[in-house]
Amino acid sequence: MIEVKNLKKSFGGKTIIHDASLILKAGHCNLIIGSSGSGKTVLMKCLVGLFQPDSGSILYGGKDYTQMNTEQRKEIRKEIGMLFQGSALFTSMTVEENVIFPLDMFTRDTRKEKMKRVDEVLDRVNLKGANKKFPAEISGGMMKRVGIARSIVLNPKYLFVDEPNSGLDPQTSGLIDKLIKEITDEYQITTVINTHDMNSVMEIGDHIVYMYQGNKEWEGNNKEIIFSKNQRLNDFIFASEFLRDAKDMRQLEETGKISNDRNMAELTHEDAPELVPPSDNDSPE
Amino acid sequence: MLKLLDDTGRYMMMIKGMFSRPENFKMYWKEFMHQCSEIGIGSLPIVAIISFFIGAVSAVQTAYQLVSPLIPKESISQIVRDTVILEFAPTLVSIVLAGVIGSKIAGELGNMRVSEQIDALEIMGINTKAYLVLPKILAAVFVIPMLIILATILGILGGRIAATMSGILSADTFDKGLRMNFLPYNVFFSLVKAYTFSYIISSIPAFFGYHVNGGALEIGRASTKAVVVSCILILIADYVLSALLL
Repeated sequence: MIEVKNLKKSFGGKTIIHDASLILKAGHCNLIIGSSGSGKTVLMKCLVGLFQPDSGSILYGGKDYTQMNTEQRKEIRKEIGMLFQGSALFTSMTVEENVIFPLDMFTRDTRKEKMKRVDEVLDRVNLKGANKKFPAEISGGMMKRVGIARSIVLNPKYLFVDEPNSGLDPQTSGLIDKLIKEITDEYQITTVINTHDMNSVMEIGDHIVYMYQGNKEWEGNNKEIIFSKNQRLNDFIFASEFLRDAKDMRQLEETGKISNDRNMAELTHEDAPELVPPSDNDSPE
Repeated sequence: MLKLLDDTGRYMMMIKGMFSRPENFKMYWKEFMHQCSEIGIGSLPIVAIISFFIGAVSAVQTAYQLVSPLIPKESISQIVRDTVILEFAPTLVSIVLAGVIGSKIAGELGNMRVSEQIDALEIMGINTKAYLVLPKILAAVFVIPMLIILATILGILGGRIAATMSGILSADTFDKGLRMNFLPYNVFFSLVKAYTFSYIISSIPAFFGYHVNGGALEIGRASTKAVVVSCILILIADYVLSALLL
């Protein structure tokens, strides 16, 4: 579990994180969502130690990361894996060299043991056979998977993922989300994902924190988020086309009509089985 | 002025931050050897070409200016020898290397910063100043003086070939002049300059590359700035060392 207490961070007099307090649950996919400029990236960089917060504390298993010295931080960092928005692969190294790098740096395993582990994690992210390719020779989705493989090769306790779906098509995004969720469950990692992709939120959001102007505005899970009464959160999530039907459904349930310019004729039985009777076309064969 | 103070402070912090216990000595050694090869072998052709022709040109131009029959012909090779040892090999080659190596170091680190590779290393628990910057500086300080010694030899050789081939003086006369009034201290002075300049050539671009903020455009700007500042500092250091040691 990671606990954030009264975190504050500002740059050049401009406060980005005001007074954020939140708990990121162990063994779950914790999503930090929010619009651009809401402070979620700064929050994540504070969590992993790339930024030093002005005040507040970040507790990893009860130990305050902000109060640790360099050596103590190094120990915690060995338990952290991170997938960056642009994957951050070492461009001069092959896929295999990228993944073996943390093992070379931090373990005294034999070459054979390291290679076995590399093959294991590459296999886990469905990248068998790509060992000798350079980052420039693989697709964006494959780069993300190499990034995940490199992040988990040392069996981290915490996995941080920054914008996992940026630059990916919806299908690949879905695969990456699924992979992150599977890895989180399989290795019981505390995963923290920074995203504004509502598909990810609905797919893998075990625990969701909504950030608004540097503050935690709402906390819940992917089942509760649709039915939240928080206006700011609603403005954010229903800006997504994906969830407009869900919003309509909720309004229909509550008031019997839709307030926006859409009408019920657009909803199919598949969208709202309780409200729209099946048509002839929808009937099972 | 404030920016200069800020940059100087950050530069000092970077240098201080380089000294920590390596996470894995073998990996640091591997990086050091890689940098030695990149800096040394990578710069060898340009250093060889430049130093050879500088020596050749200095021999021809010295002969052109020494028209008096009272001045012995051997003076030409003495002048070539001393100018190559004292100035051409250490300073001119260092300025060229500031362009070749400096822009490479700044570009490489800048690209790593912009593409978050440095952040990725930091999160792994690696001291990036120690792992990325220190091997570059050590490799430069180790390899560049060797390049400058080679440049000195090739410069004098270039002068000898040019002088004999163009009929300015015979090979024997040139060799005689080389041995006349030779001061070993000049070689020491040349090496002091070589070590000082190699530190400048590596640490200044590393600073600008490591602290790049922004995108691809800033990487280019950082590389240019690194080369310009390195060249200016080399010339200032050249003057200071000459004033102090000669």
